Amino acid sequence: MQTISIQMENITKTFGALKANEDVNLTVYAGEIHALLGENGAGKSTLMNMLSGIYMPDSGFIYVEGKPVNFTSPKESIELGIGMIHQHFKLVDILTAKENILLGQKKKAGQNDKNLAKEIKDLSDRYGLDLDLNKKVYQMSVGEKQTLEIIKVLYRGARILVLDEPTAVLTPQEIKKLFRIMRNMKEHGCAIVIITHKLNEVMEISDRITVLRKGKSIATVVTKEVEVPSLIEMMVGKKVDLEIDRLPGPGLGESLVVDELTVMDMEGKLALDNISFALKGGEILGVAGVAKSGQKELCEAIAGLIPAAKGRIFFQGDNILGKNPRDIIRLGIRMGFIPEDRLGMGLVGSMDIVHNIVLKDYQNQPGIFLKRGPCIEKANRIVETLDIMTPNVYTPVKKLSGGNIQKVLLGREIDSNPKVLITAYPVRGLDVGASYKIYELLNEQKQAGVGVLFIGEDLDVLMDLCDRVMVLCNGKVTGIVDPTQVTKEEIGLMMTGSALEKEEPSDKNQ
Amino acid sequence: MIKINKRASLPKRKEMMIQALAVLLSLVFAGLVILAMGYNPLEVYYRIVEGSVGTIIRIQQTINKAVPLIIVSMGILVAFKMKFWNIGGEGQIMMGAFGATLVALNLPESVPTPIMLLAMAVMATLCGAIWAFIPAFFKAKFGTNETIFTLMMNYIAIKFVTYMQFGPWKDPSFGGFPKVASFHDNAIMPSLFGLHIGWIIALFAVAGVYIFIHHTKRGYEISVVGESLDTARYAGMNIKAIIITAMLVSGGLCGLAGMIQASAIEKTLTYTISAGYGFTAIITAWLGRLSAPVVGVVCFLFAMLLQGSSFLQASMAIPASVADMIQGVILFFVLGSDFFLQYKVVLKDKKAVKEVA
Repeated sequence: MQTISIQMENITKTFGALKANEDVNLTVYAGEIHALLGENGAGKSTLMNMLSGIYMPDSGFIYVEGKPVNFTSPKESIELGIGMIHQHFKLVDILTAKENILLGQKKKAGQNDKNLAKEIKDLSDRYGLDLDLNKKVYQMSVGEKQTLEIIKVLYRGARILVLDEPTAVLTPQEIKKLFRIMRNMKEHGCAIVIITHKLNEVMEISDRITVLRKGKSIATVVTKEVEVPSLIEMMVGKKVDLEIDRLPGPGLGESLVVDELTVMDMEGKLALDNISFALKGGEILGVAGVAKSGQKELCEAIAGLIPAAKGRIFFQGDNILGKNPRDIIRLGIRMGFIPEDRLGMGLVGSMDIVHNIVLKDYQNQPGIFLKRGPCIEKANRIVETLDIMTPNVYTPVKKLSGGNIQKVLLGREIDSNPKVLITAYPVRGLDVGASYKIYELLNEQKQAGVGVLFIGEDLDVLMDLCDRVMVLCNGKVTGIVDPTQVTKEEIGLMMTGSALEKEEPSDKNQ
Repeated sequence: MIKINKRASLPKRKEMMIQALAVLLSLVFAGLVILAMGYNPLEVYYRIVEGSVGTIIRIQQTINKAVPLIIVSMGILVAFKMKFWNIGGEGQIMMGAFGATLVALNLPESVPTPIMLLAMAVMATLCGAIWAFIPAFFKAKFGTNETIFTLMMNYIAIKFVTYMQFGPWKDPSFGGFPKVASFHDNAIMPSLFGLHIGWIIALFAVAGVYIFIHHTKRGYEISVVGESLDTARYAGMNIKAIIITAMLVSGGLCGLAGMIQASAIEKTLTYTISAGYGFTAIITAWLGRLSAPVVGVVCFLFAMLLQGSSFLQASMAIPASVADMIQGVILFFVLGSDFFLQYKVVLKDKKAVKEVA
């Protein structure tokens, strides 16, 4: 009989009218890696936030190592040995690793720099962690920051570790390293809960899986005894075809040519460093890279939102660099950028669908008055063709679900018959079904001859959907590759800066 | 134990109920203060109503106070819609009055009234708009803080007009008394139904601002800029031009109100001509939730409060600053009720919590 580390029984939590968790049950043993699987909005983070004392359940029981607990603050949860690693790191940028570890901690008796360093070193050695304690956080890579977060919670005595989507921002190599650390911790009897929606990772790392769907716990299964398709069925509630098709494109000529583009970011640092590539009509060109490698600046420079320090961007033979956003929109270059908060750019949350459609339309209307008529028609058409779930076109978009918000945004850009479509993170936060709908839409555009620049986060998707993948690292292009010719690990290496031999010669220096 | 939960959404009716309750509570609270002062709050409230709408003359006086408040509020509303915090209404009114006076004192008495008034109105609107353009320009160009900037512009305008009144424009015929010469008859607004025609201008302002915000492209742009600057940028809007036009409209309306005050009420220029309308308008625009017709109604109610309070002073010897106090209390409660519109407070007794845990 294994020791039970955490037991959560019949947990219910509601936010307003939304039932985030309903009668959820979860049992995690000591010395196991337990995956919490579910689509966005299934209630995974809510459940874990209750375990770490951030939320309090409306009803239900939580036991930690057999004892019933009633957390009223995260502090109580930490004292009982529960450590949560959030998706967005909670670190102070200007402090060193050591200072971050000590932040908010009472000084232990007889503690000095030397034995502290030893204590942390012992901890690191035990679990195979590796970090320079005197490095400042802002100088760290994402992987290093995550390691620091782990050391931080371990130093505070965590025996139960919760990781919320830990791999989302890591390269394949960093993921391998993280998994090694997790296995070491498991060997030492820690209980680990990992929240994720990436199935291959779940299969690789976990011992058991609990699937949540729409706030309810559907099943807990042993990883070895289960297949991916049945997991998907549990997650989504129906059978889904998870193949992303790469459809043949019409194979047109070059549509958008970026030539030696250099862009500074807001702080005057180099965001894009002399990059060159060509986007053809009728292809999907993927852009891979760890977060903040220059993706945002690339989008904004093409859309005319930020100035470039150097370079040219040719569209149908003309240099469009230096033109204002309105003129670039008129040329048929459309951008759909989904920021982390979804509504920040591209849509006005408090306005209804019609007025969000008006946003790109009104400037072509003559006179000083606003005509809504054609936009109402357009809104109805987009709602119908993209199957947007909304009471009507007069509903403020912020009241729609994430997938529907993204459909409104993408639908508006597509409806204008663009020649180039730039889409950044279009499936961010979407459930499986909605994501596939978006991929379908992108494929349709490609087949219609549109040049699609697809900036993505999930390497698997990029490799399945795109005709070519361009890899960015620190604002430089480390290569443009044919995804059928390279492995994910190779792209991962390029994301961290090593150029690849296999690079297509035809795409070099375009 | 108290728990605070975010509300999912609120039916319109419940929202209005919460706000009505807030107004009611504010009257109760203000009533307690009045009671502490040794007066009967019910009588005081009754006198306020009686004093503001009790007789035809009082209604006329209330409307006279509502007119500038409405026009200035419409101007403030346009700026606020863009989340441009124009608290420079006072200065813009002042400069509008100055512009009107400049015309009135310099054109000959022989100019026909309509032409005279039109010239004054144009000049007043222009002066108010220029006064608003200065902070708008710096905001658009350099991103300066408009709140401080517009506020400071008030003091410059007030001191400038004071200087004119005590200096160059001091009329010697008042025997050393610092006063600007009274306007000739051709610079004074005519009356309609016993009221100066400012009320017609106020109605036009409400309708005009409503149409501007809801049915013109620029109005739509102003709303988008107010909601999300990034989205506006991304849609290719010319944000600088939008900020500047919105402020020209905002300041222009305030300037026009200044002309009405100078021409119809004071019949000259004084350094107290803005009479706090520029600040009160911030409250009314906000209470009316930036909806032109609602703000219009709120302005009338506030004018009742102002008029009623000056009646209180005369009839019950209660200081008119009671009105200021009531205004403040109403604002406090109504803005405070915003919290309850967004969050729900659930009271739970500790025992129940222990049980579920």
